[in-house]
Amino acid sequence: MSAIIVLILLGILVAGGFLIAFVWAVRNGQFDDDYSPSVRMLFENKKPKEEETVEAENPDPKQ
Amino acid sequence: MAGQACVHCGADCGKHPVIWDDKAFCCHGCKTVYQILHEKDMGEYYKIQPMSGIRVETESHSNKFAFLDNEELKVQLLDFTDGNISKVKFFVPSIHCASCIWLLEHLDTLNPAISYSTVNFPNKEVYVTFRNDQISLRQLAELLAAIHYVPEITLDQLEKKGSISSSRSLLVKIGIAAFSFMNIMMYSFPEYLPGGDLLEQDFKDVFGWLSFILILPVVFYSASDYFLTAYKGLKHKIISIDLPITLGITALFFESTYAVFSGNGIGYMDSLAGLVFFLLVGKWYQGKTYQALSFERDYKSYFPVAITRLTEEGEKVIPIKNLRKGNHILVRNQELVPADARLIKGKGNIDYAFVTGESIPVPKQKDDFIYAGGRQVGSSIELEVINEVEQSYLTQLWNQKDTRQTTNALDNHINKISQYFTLAVLFIAFTAFVFWAFHDISAAIYVFTSVLIIACPCALALTIPFTFGNTMRVFGRKGFYLKKTDVIEQLHKTTTIVFDKTGTLTLSRKMAVGFEGVELSPDQLDKVKSMVRHSSHPLSGALYEHLEAEPCYEVKHYEEIPGMGITGTIEKERINLGSRQFVMGEEEQSDSKESRVYLSISGEQKGFFSIKNVYRDGLQTVIDDLKSHYDLHLLTGDNEAEKERLQQVFGSTAVLKFNQSPTDKKAYVEALQKSGKNVLMIGDGLNDAGALAASNTGISIADDVFSFSPACDAILESSKFAQLNQFIRFTRTSFRIVRLSFVISFLYNFIGLSFAVSAILSPLVAAILMPVSSVSVVVFATLSVRWMAARKLH
Repeated sequence: MSAIIVLILLGILVAGGFLIAFVWAVRNGQFDDDYSPSVRMLFENKKPKEEETVEAENPDPKQ
Repeated sequence: MAGQACVHCGADCGKHPVIWDDKAFCCHGCKTVYQILHEKDMGEYYKIQPMSGIRVETESHSNKFAFLDNEELKVQLLDFTDGNISKVKFFVPSIHCASCIWLLEHLDTLNPAISYSTVNFPNKEVYVTFRNDQISLRQLAELLAAIHYVPEITLDQLEKKGSISSSRSLLVKIGIAAFSFMNIMMYSFPEYLPGGDLLEQDFKDVFGWLSFILILPVVFYSASDYFLTAYKGLKHKIISIDLPITLGITALFFESTYAVFSGNGIGYMDSLAGLVFFLLVGKWYQGKTYQALSFERDYKSYFPVAITRLTEEGEKVIPIKNLRKGNHILVRNQELVPADARLIKGKGNIDYAFVTGESIPVPKQKDDFIYAGGRQVGSSIELEVINEVEQSYLTQLWNQKDTRQTTNALDNHINKISQYFTLAVLFIAFTAFVFWAFHDISAAIYVFTSVLIIACPCALALTIPFTFGNTMRVFGRKGFYLKKTDVIEQLHKTTTIVFDKTGTLTLSRKMAVGFEGVELSPDQLDKVKSMVRHSSHPLSGALYEHLEAEPCYEVKHYEEIPGMGITGTIEKERINLGSRQFVMGEEEQSDSKESRVYLSISGEQKGFFSIKNVYRDGLQTVIDDLKSHYDLHLLTGDNEAEKERLQQVFGSTAVLKFNQSPTDKKAYVEALQKSGKNVLMIGDGLNDAGALAASNTGISIADDVFSFSPACDAILESSKFAQLNQFIRFTRTSFRIVRLSFVISFLYNFIGLSFAVSAILSPLVAAILMPVSSVSVVVFATLSVRWMAARKLH
């Protein structure tokens, strides 16, 4: 029986951790813009000057 | 005549594109942006989304952002500065795609003084952090303008820094409610299983106490708004929908707390947390509005932040609020006249497009009076301020307070129903209590709370948010943006529709062109088109678009004389285009039916182009459909020239009023309301602002919904004008769906109440009935709105 109680408390702690993470994310403004992050992650991270080599390796499928 | 598509903006280049780097551009503006990006190896911009660029019709003049050098304004604009590094937020209405985000977030490549920049897409804002010892705020704004992302800086933004904290706190509330709901449900679960009553007492206690702790933040934090609004409503003697909800929450909370303290399990805690969670989700769904659209605009969001004042020491840029009566100001090409003023020097040529919807500039002479809100087209002019900004004729109109907010809450459809609902629930609860009190007093208390618990109008309260929330979304997708869901209710109640004419029924950018005089050869037409290509005057634009010719000639000695016309030489022939006075040397004929552009080639008078406003496509069908259901009225500042034609369109029963001033329009709408009409006003310009604010529902029509439109309840994309009747009529469908949802939720309530009054409502019944009723109403509302919209809105 006591094992179950320990597990339940543990469960609350884990769930509480996620709740805190959620509240932090909201306060941090991560839910203010739900579009640009989805696009931003697809951008090349490299400086444009190095881009030519990158393009040579991965030719743009649209062209 | 389709040519290549412009590499930058995708517009048709015609047969003579601007070529650079073997690529075709529609204009030099687009080519310049491409050059800037090409220099910095930022061609990626065109790969993320091809032809993503923005075309800017009129190149901005060099002084547009000069006011950003003013220290006082700089302090107001900057979010943060420590002397070296500054942060600023710009509103850039033209942000529209992934490429925009890419480019605006790589501003550091364009100018190393920019540390980094981030885009908020729904708000169409860009946050820039920059080193202000290396680049000034003005240079930064000019850099954005150079790549055609012209930031919009207005008085309005300076005064109130937007806050998004309310939507954030709602999300936190939902998160907490969800967290508690899930956990409590887990603790309640054993009780619902067969043999659940065999659960050991220790477990019951632990589960009960844990649930009690978890429910506290839900009731006292997540649900706090419901208590508040219910209390506020009672203070104003209104029974709002929040009152029965509050009653239900309170009853659930006390009943369950009692169960925990007396060691009888966890009561209805799971239903309570679930109820609050569903209600908050409904609120969030309804509250998600068009962040980048502004419905609250008044003159402040339209007027410039600063103006050039002429003092004895020379020119000085001052914030507009420091402008005083008697000041002399300089207004350059494309700048706004910020206050009522008198022309003292220069040739005025004032475009009142935003005020009246009429885009053809009005010439003004020395000592003429110029209303605030006009835009100078042509050379700079000097003005003497007659009224301060706040006291100007048009600004005064907008300063009058909006009285609708208070009346709205009273009329609210759902609040009316909730009044009867609450009274009925209380009546049933008390009757049941009295009935049971004769048999068993503890059962009587139990029945009393059960009725309050099960009657909690969760499904009822979710109906409106989801039906109207979905309607609003569907409308938004079709180009009709509502300020909030209440507008749907007002639209539904409309009895009378009042239209503005110029800019609303007529197209502000497109005109019908005719020619009277000696017939022109195709070659001569080509020459005319080559000429007008160089001018930014709206009449030139209309001619350029209308003439079916090729602008293939090179123009020499081109000159534009503001307020007069344009002149130039093509193949040794001198071509003059413009006013009667300019081309023929004769006095202007006063006839405001149409605008005329006279033409002479090599001194030989050829005749004139007549340019008229054209009515929007689908006007007749929209009016025909509306006139059988509503009273139609038309108010216009124009004279009666078009009366016959309009009367034909509107039919004999409609009231048409001409020569109406902005104040007349407002008074007319108010008079209609006094006679008991529910007025829908449709307008576009600032001169309608008063009437739009006075009406029950104000719709403004805009070519570009992100740029200026007067304060209103809804914004309609001008291209969707032909669907206006469908939108208005669809609100009836929405109401029908609401009524059906009400019936469904009453059915659930009826079933629940029958359990409650017979004293057999168990936590299990509540735990099943409450979420099922909420979810089924939500699903019904959502699906039926979508389905009906697919059928009825095209």
